[in-house]
Amino acid sequence: MPRLFTTHPVEARLAIVLALIVLGLSLSTDSFLTLANLTSLLNNNSVDLIWAVGLLVVLIAGGIDISFAVAASVVQYLTAQIFGATGGNWALGFIVAGSLGIGLGLINAALIHGFRVISIVITIATFNAYFGLLMSFTKGRNIYTLPDWWVDRIFIFEHQSENGVWSELNLSVAVMIVCVFATVVLIRWTNIGRQLYAFGDNPEGARRAGVNIALMQAVAFGWMGMMAGIGGLMQVNIAQEVIPNALYGRELDVLAAVVLGGARLGGGRGSVLGCILGVMFVAVTRNGLNLLGVSPFAFQMIIGAAILVAISSSNLNFDWRGAARRRRATTGRDAA
Amino acid sequence: MSGTKEGAPFALKLRGVSKRFGGVQALNQVDFNVRAGEVHCLAGENGCGKSTLIKIVTGVYTPEPGAEIEVFGEPQTGMTPTQARDMGIAVIWQDLALFPHMTVAENIGFDQMVGGRPRLAALGQIRARAAQLLERLGVTLDLDARLNTLPIAQRQIVAIARALMGEARLIFMDEPTASLTQSETDALLGIVRTLSTEGVAIVFVSHRLAEVLEISSRVTVVRDGRLEGIYPTEGMTQARLGELMTGHTMDHQVIARDKSAAAPVLEIDGLSRHGQFEDISLTIRKGEVVGLTGLIGAGRTELAHALIGRTRPDRGMVKLCGREIRPRNIREAISLGIAYVSEDRLSLGLIQPQSIADNISITVLDRILGGLGLISPAQKKVLVSHWIEDLAVKIGRPEDAVSTLSGGNQQRVVLAKWLATEPRLLILDSPTVGVDVGARAGIFRIVHRLAEAGLAILLISDEVSEVYHNADRMLHMADGRLVETYDPRGTTVEAMEARIYA
Repeated sequence: MPRLFTTHPVEARLAIVLALIVLGLSLSTDSFLTLANLTSLLNNNSVDLIWAVGLLVVLIAGGIDISFAVAASVVQYLTAQIFGATGGNWALGFIVAGSLGIGLGLINAALIHGFRVISIVITIATFNAYFGLLMSFTKGRNIYTLPDWWVDRIFIFEHQSENGVWSELNLSVAVMIVCVFATVVLIRWTNIGRQLYAFGDNPEGARRAGVNIALMQAVAFGWMGMMAGIGGLMQVNIAQEVIPNALYGRELDVLAAVVLGGARLGGGRGSVLGCILGVMFVAVTRNGLNLLGVSPFAFQMIIGAAILVAISSSNLNFDWRGAARRRRATTGRDAA
Repeated sequence: MSGTKEGAPFALKLRGVSKRFGGVQALNQVDFNVRAGEVHCLAGENGCGKSTLIKIVTGVYTPEPGAEIEVFGEPQTGMTPTQARDMGIAVIWQDLALFPHMTVAENIGFDQMVGGRPRLAALGQIRARAAQLLERLGVTLDLDARLNTLPIAQRQIVAIARALMGEARLIFMDEPTASLTQSETDALLGIVRTLSTEGVAIVFVSHRLAEVLEISSRVTVVRDGRLEGIYPTEGMTQARLGELMTGHTMDHQVIARDKSAAAPVLEIDGLSRHGQFEDISLTIRKGEVVGLTGLIGAGRTELAHALIGRTRPDRGMVKLCGREIRPRNIREAISLGIAYVSEDRLSLGLIQPQSIADNISITVLDRILGGLGLISPAQKKVLVSHWIEDLAVKIGRPEDAVSTLSGGNQQRVVLAKWLATEPRLLILDSPTVGVDVGARAGIFRIVHRLAEAGLAILLISDEVSEVYHNADRMLHMADGRLVETYDPRGTTVEAMEARIYA
């Protein structure tokens, strides 16, 4: 832990804050620290975390993606069209949704690299284009007729407590764990991951060292796209239907969580641990306020304030001791 | 000085290297060679073709047909940057091209991550080798420290270790000492010597002629894209080298004048700021150039910051033209008549992507307003063309981005921007860092002319000879205090350097 404070200060601070919140909620409510509540927390946030680790890779490489949540909706719609009411199975589902997602991500990468336009502009453009296309094709109607495999619940863990309450973990939690682990391997342990960090940190330095810039963009946005597709697939499994505009706006929630977790807008810094903590912080806060009976609007305010505090305190690197010394020096002079 | 390495095999041999960019002949039939274990200096003014030469050797540019390139005895026809690296050629760029948020070990080992197929990175192995390399260089650094927490001098060492990680046998160092203090420079030169005795060839590019002569055994001078000559440094003087680089004789006299009768412009009495400077008292008179020198960290820049309202002094008094002033911010200092040309002017003093005209007028926007309180294009044009002409800035059009100008001309634009505020006191903080010999002379001609016209000038520099040749009086600052005042006419550069670097 002390080591974590020097290498990942944002993550370390967030971990402490999160631990305090968990402790506070465990003491103040009797419903928070129950198996049923904790498993439903995991179930409800697994998709956000899948997207978060995808977005993390883009942020590390110095980019940003606004379009991924809408892209996930596009993947859901196309996957539903491909399989119809009866086709496919889970294996095909992952391949199709993952590939479609990668394809949409590569479109972003190609536009960003080809036109040398910053990613926020390109992904705002594709966000609008995807959403417009999706709404005009679906006419805003939900799709209920989906293959059984896709909407049937699969539990990877089930438990009934003595008072008859069921706790269970969905398939989406298992998929989330695989996605998180794969992202750790990619960014921490492979040479590609090291190049992603370097490219985000100092693009010119990376270019001079011979890093293939086009490849970096493709990996970052392709990975994001794959996570968008897989997350979209799992979200349908939870929601039991495809709602074209259901994910619209989710990109900002996920972005907030990832940034809270210490990823730097501008590239070069961020960790999967931070992503997990960021998503969990948002989830636990929402869940806790809900259990405490506080208005959902208060939740929005708290998340906003948390982002302000987390980001400004980590960027300022404020020298508290120095400030105190200067204050003493000044008051000393005034007294004299 | 290192041995001449006569008889050692050539690490690099170039013959007849030319390069054209459109209509510009950047290099014209240049020859160049370095022997294994030699420290060789590549000297020349900004824009003379040094960087082009480095980029040809490292495979970034392809030379015009007819060039002969031999690397470690093997003739080369075309090289890519990756091939050049594999042959053991490394460049340490002036901006180091390191990764600020990555750790020391990750930076040193980064090149091992690039190229080849996707694979698991051998992080443990790279760490171990990085530790070995730092030990070989005789340096202790925390391998897990983030690079942006290290001072520049240590980042330089990381860059060197990174080059050695790739088994470099020929290292180009582009202005490695530009932002180092004297003691850090000495430590770096020590490392360069160690490498040289191990047989690594080093090509050293520096504007600081003193250290060029100290470290290298031969110097190749390039002027306007042509080879001026290859000289042994034995018996070479700074003045002679400056002449070879610029093509004209440098006049290196003491210009100090006695200004004690002129009216005081700036009077400082007992100025202190905790932990930065202590009990500073000095006077600068009308038309006087006062040099402020001392080691980096002596508190010179901090004093300047207090004068312009960037920070507040704890005690003491500042008077400008007889009136006590306490500027609370830079805007107030400007309106009082104080102009400050900052140390890091290329990134802080100029807005690089904006036009020359916009940069010059930015300090005085409220003085060129037209009828409706909007900026008057006509007034702006008059202002800009006045200063471009007055300071002889070599530009294409005033609408061109500042980033298109050479270092010396950018420096003139910074001066123009501040002179447009019509200051009474001009503070120049290290005005020639990264500026070559010829452009330096041009800048100081302007400084002297301004002093002649009655401006009071505080010249801050850690290059003693620069202050010695250009100031009327010299103040020596150490550990936040003024320790001594010198009259250049009564001492020599060598005597002063001995005192200051003691």
